[in-house]
Amino acid sequence: MTGVGKLGWVLAAVCFFLYAPIAIVIVMSFNASKIPFQWTGFSTRWYSELFANASVLEGLRNSLIVGVSTMILSVVLGVLLAIGITRHSTSSAVQALALAPAIIPDLALAIGLLALFSAISFPLGLTTVILSHTIFCMAFVAAIARGRILQIDPALEEAALDLGDTPRGVFFRVTVPSLMPAIIAGALLAFTLSFDEFVITFFTNGPSTPTLPIVIYSMVRFGVTPEINALASLVLLFSVAIVLISQRSVKLSQSI
Amino acid sequence: MGYVIAFMVLPIAIIATYSFFQRGQYGGIVYSLTLDNFARALDSLYVGILGTSVALSSTVTLLALLIGFPTALAITKLQPQHQNIALVLVILPFWTNFLIRTYAWIVLLSSEGLLNQGLLGLGIISDPLALLYTPGAVVMGLLYAYLPLMVLPIYAALSRIDPSLREAAIDLGASRFTALRQVVFPLAIPGTLVGCVFVFVPSVGNFIVPELLGGGKTVMVGNLIRDQFLKARDWPFGSVLAMAMVVMLVLLFALQARITKRVLGQG
Repeated sequence: MTGVGKLGWVLAAVCFFLYAPIAIVIVMSFNASKIPFQWTGFSTRWYSELFANASVLEGLRNSLIVGVSTMILSVVLGVLLAIGITRHSTSSAVQALALAPAIIPDLALAIGLLALFSAISFPLGLTTVILSHTIFCMAFVAAIARGRILQIDPALEEAALDLGDTPRGVFFRVTVPSLMPAIIAGALLAFTLSFDEFVITFFTNGPSTPTLPIVIYSMVRFGVTPEINALASLVLLFSVAIVLISQRSVKLSQSI
Repeated sequence: MGYVIAFMVLPIAIIATYSFFQRGQYGGIVYSLTLDNFARALDSLYVGILGTSVALSSTVTLLALLIGFPTALAITKLQPQHQNIALVLVILPFWTNFLIRTYAWIVLLSSEGLLNQGLLGLGIISDPLALLYTPGAVVMGLLYAYLPLMVLPIYAALSRIDPSLREAAIDLGASRFTALRQVVFPLAIPGTLVGCVFVFVPSVGNFIVPELLGGGKTVMVGNLIRDQFLKARDWPFGSVLAMAMVVMLVLLFALQARITKRVLGQG
């Protein structure tokens, strides 16, 4: 079984490649020295400085506003979209179009949205960022929800209708509860995507409401500092935690 | 559905329309039809940048394929419960902040960075190497960012292949490598093509990696489009460039669909 052994090494090397750079940033964030590349001792100084940095806190606040709004909007619209494309449309073109924002380059979507907002003279700000994030997060929610809808037995809904429930009641008492694991997974994914999104925000945001990635971008352009390392570590761990919870939820939805 | 059309089709349509208009004196748009923007896009400067983008993205895609295929193959050889863990490990970095993953490479590659310090410390080099702000750094950053997108579709394709097909080939006298080459590879072509498209498409349109790791020396079409929209404020010309990119990518999708159809048709 030497073949398996060799492939095992490939896997280990790829994981090293994927995680070593991230690990280095996290380790360096605890470096006491102000010179980013010289280790002088363990310190949590940069983390406390971070929480005193007004622009970081403002970015965090804006990102949370955008993330939560995007999450709510894209779950409602994404689930409805998924029901629409799986139950009421057989056209593969419609299905492809609905999922397209997840595939087309973010830059193309970003300039298109910028052009749209400026054509209708809609002022750029957090509202335009939320609308834009919703477009592409919704596609991911719809993809997850669609997988779950295909597993639900339509007889459940028919049975509820036969037993005298209204279509509205069936939707809220049968359809939504059986989609719940997919809804939770989709919501968490939408939140992370929005929280980390940069390109679309860069184009559709106004100048006075920077989100956290915009703040990170302006910091990163001026080089490596221990403070960025600390901020990067927190943001990384936050996303990883949310994605792992979301993965568990998807797994739950598959096992039901 | 109306919402999707309003926010998906409309923006693309506006961009397509803008590409035929003229730039105003102060950066606005003058609504008179012209083909000048298209003529300007054929200037050797811009064609060259497009060429650089395609060349760099192709290199990234090829490297991702060379690393991603054995990785996906390795995952399929694991126990089923370990396969899920390995998949999560491979995809997890992809869901984290893109800027930070790119930033990590500045930490690694800069002249006082860890790679140079390590090599200096070991006495392998006497002067720091210029690793950052090179096309190589751009390729590295893009590869790092998009490798998971190559592994996942190839894994999906490989895990659907019935293992008895390969065993049958070996029973009939094929060597392990021949069985891999003649049975497994052809069946994995559709998934592999999806992986290539998933890596190539975001690489071409990327402007963050060329800016942060290429230091503005390696200009890709994404940087050019960004600058036309946000710095030069020449939206019509930016629109032409964006349309060129989108059309190229649509052709790529069509090519991938065609090859997949042909491969499956033969099977």
